[in-house]
Amino acid sequence: MNVTDLSVMALWGATTLYAIAMVASAIRLAAVADDRATARALDRESVAAGGPAPAQPSAVDEAGDGSSRPSRGAKAAGIARSTTLVGLLLNGVGVAARAVEAGHVPWSNMYEYTISGTFFAVLVYVLIQRRRDVAFLGAGVTGLATVSLGLGLTVLYADVNPLPPALQSYWLIIHVSIAVIVTGIFAVSFIATVLQLMRDSRDTGRRWTGARARFLEAVPAASSLEALSFRLNAVGFVLWTFTVMAGAIWAEHAWGRYWGWDPKEVWSFVIWVLYAAYLHARTTQGWAGRRSAWLAIAGFVALIMNFTVVNLFFQGLHTYAGS
Amino acid sequence: MARVKLDNYAMPEAPRLGARGWLRWMWRQVTSMRVALILLLLLALAAIPGSVLPQWPQDVAAARAFIDDNPFWGPLLDATGFLDVFGSAWFTAIYLLLFASLIGCIAPRAAHHWRELRRPIAAAPRRLDRYEPTTASSALGRDDAVAAARVALRPRPGLLGAISGYRVRVDGREDGAVALAAETGHVRELGNLVFHAALVGVLLAMAAGDLLTFRGQAIVVEGRSFTNAVVAYDSFDSGRLFDSSDLEPFTLRLDEFDASFDDAGLPLDFTAHVTLTEPGADPVQETIAVNHPLEVDGAKIYLQGNGYAPVITVRDGAGEVAYSGPVVFLPQDAAYTSGGVVKVPDVTTGEQIGIEATLYPTAVQGPFAIGSIHPDPENPVIAFTVYTGDLGLDGGVPQNVYRLDQSQLSPVQDDEGLPVTFAMALGETVELSDGLGTVTFEELPRFVALDLRSDPSLPWLLAAAVLTLAGLATSLFASRRKVWLVAREEDGTTVVTGAAFAPAHDAAVGQALARALAAAGVADAGERKPE
Repeated sequence: MNVTDLSVMALWGATTLYAIAMVASAIRLAAVADDRATARALDRESVAAGGPAPAQPSAVDEAGDGSSRPSRGAKAAGIARSTTLVGLLLNGVGVAARAVEAGHVPWSNMYEYTISGTFFAVLVYVLIQRRRDVAFLGAGVTGLATVSLGLGLTVLYADVNPLPPALQSYWLIIHVSIAVIVTGIFAVSFIATVLQLMRDSRDTGRRWTGARARFLEAVPAASSLEALSFRLNAVGFVLWTFTVMAGAIWAEHAWGRYWGWDPKEVWSFVIWVLYAAYLHARTTQGWAGRRSAWLAIAGFVALIMNFTVVNLFFQGLHTYAGS
Repeated sequence: MARVKLDNYAMPEAPRLGARGWLRWMWRQVTSMRVALILLLLLALAAIPGSVLPQWPQDVAAARAFIDDNPFWGPLLDATGFLDVFGSAWFTAIYLLLFASLIGCIAPRAAHHWRELRRPIAAAPRRLDRYEPTTASSALGRDDAVAAARVALRPRPGLLGAISGYRVRVDGREDGAVALAAETGHVRELGNLVFHAALVGVLLAMAAGDLLTFRGQAIVVEGRSFTNAVVAYDSFDSGRLFDSSDLEPFTLRLDEFDASFDDAGLPLDFTAHVTLTEPGADPVQETIAVNHPLEVDGAKIYLQGNGYAPVITVRDGAGEVAYSGPVVFLPQDAAYTSGGVVKVPDVTTGEQIGIEATLYPTAVQGPFAIGSIHPDPENPVIAFTVYTGDLGLDGGVPQNVYRLDQSQLSPVQDDEGLPVTFAMALGETVELSDGLGTVTFEELPRFVALDLRSDPSLPWLLAAAVLTLAGLATSLFASRRKVWLVAREEDGTTVVTGAAFAPAHDAAVGQALARALAAAGVADAGERKPE
């Protein structure tokens, strides 16, 4: 087996594992939501009956409710955790093998950027998971990872090419690596923001109120989700500022101007302004909460646009998409 | 935000705003966060057409073609600034308003923060019970314990110490206890102010750069030289405050240009080997490559493009040399199939001659036409069509050197009335029909397109950008902590009570408290669990 095969097979393995992790995370979410609903119902019954409240309603979440049946949620959570970790490992092997095969950093075209970006998105999730329980993000993150790796392998795949002279610079390592990492951070934050909006809609009875959206009972309150996505967005925004600045320094070095409103630069600017607006909106009366969340979503959509539409359809200096 | 009742008719008793009142009202609107937010969103929205529509500054040809192809929308969008979004009045208005809003918001906040920094912080709370305090005995005396903790929390005195560490305050209480209060939250606001002020710095540096910059483009063929003077450039732009006599008249000779491609024709490396001669100095050998500009006299020389400039000699019907020299052929595809034009106005007999030619570096005869399969000059062939008539050079109107004005020219035709295509390999001479003369393909040197640019504002821009980033990171990541220590004498020993307060995500605040307690002489301060 040569390095090319190793890379592609590892990435297909990662895609499969991420898909399994997504399903397992979803089952776990549903189980936790069911348990919480059951616990609340029990709670109400016992209160209505005048009996003592169950001692630890939160204990049913993971460890089961004391019956002999092993908790469906705990099992699914274990599967999700292990498949995510092994998937991340295989993703890393795939990216590293691609780098060995290409002989340069694995982010010089859309395919390489996609596999690296997916790796960093899942890595960010796993790293946060080590510090606090954010398993509720698992389904969204691994789902996004499955889709992007799958699309990368099927649609964007490109054979290894030598690095064109324009990319032969140490700034490729600095500028693009940070851009890839930021994409990963913003992706995780995007999942948290979407959950925040859904949860908020359910709490206020606007939408997602039905039984099919009961998994939202298993995610934290909208305000906690907002705090989580803000902290990620804050890190992302600082790193994005750095990405744009490093890009400007590189552009000055390579093209003789630091800013030329190339389509990629226009969209990088739009993304920066949208996330800046988001940070301001959070502290503005009438904009905090839902509206600022929508701005964060607009920022992420612009980020994806910058990667897809701008690469594929707009003519500019940043056209390394196909090669 | 205070609301202002605008309808004076509904409230006849209300005082009218008057001119100054209105101005104040408008200023308050501009500096409100809500308006800043709307301006930010407008800025993002307004930038998007700049990436969708062809823009004059980025691509003149595309903008012109767009106007020609869209007789209604083209001129309309052009007139409304959509084909030069980033220089348009509305885009400028949005960002200038945004910066006005920013300054109007930041200046009072900076003044307020300055006063705030000089004002003592709030004293430690009377009761620390709410903050899960730790109480332990200390080996130090009461005052020494507090003094030591103070130094630990704020190692440097003065304003700098206040900015980099905790702001501290020590109070003696009536009951004999000494209370220390320390907090760090002010650093965030400081970072916020620095960030916004540095953004203004970025804008000012860019504006200064616009005035002081110059940029010139020159095409240099292998073996030839270029002298740094405004007339020597093919195109030259400069800012209003740029003085062209500042250009140092150095000469740059292109000794050789290395271009390497892989077997598939993908570029691997471009390097220009040049000899630079500055006035009063010995010639120096230098190289210019992509991502590796050459710095001369505060300016940088960038390698922006390359191609072939075949040396072509045209002899007229009388056998006299009517034209001889390298002709720049512009590459049209990845295999360097290149187009070029030779204009021969000075013929001794007959009409003026124009040649429209295509160069195939590695020519291969296909079923219908020849094509180039690789950018290296393995089998260079020039195919061309000859025109005779009036080149239109005498009208005094500047002409595109890469295009033949065919309005007064007619192609040389064969017996069936079709234009004749001639082809010649390197070193060959082709005899033109109708006794027009001969064309010789003498040599095949390469050319490079060089960009010279100087922008004295760059160091300032970089400094402003670094400050922006530092301010931003500080405003978002600096901790907001409060640490309190109360020391009192009890039966001859010193007892220290400490507590800390920080946002829920700040788990490290416990360590800060532990350090302060340790400094205060508490033997086993441990780490308080961040519950």
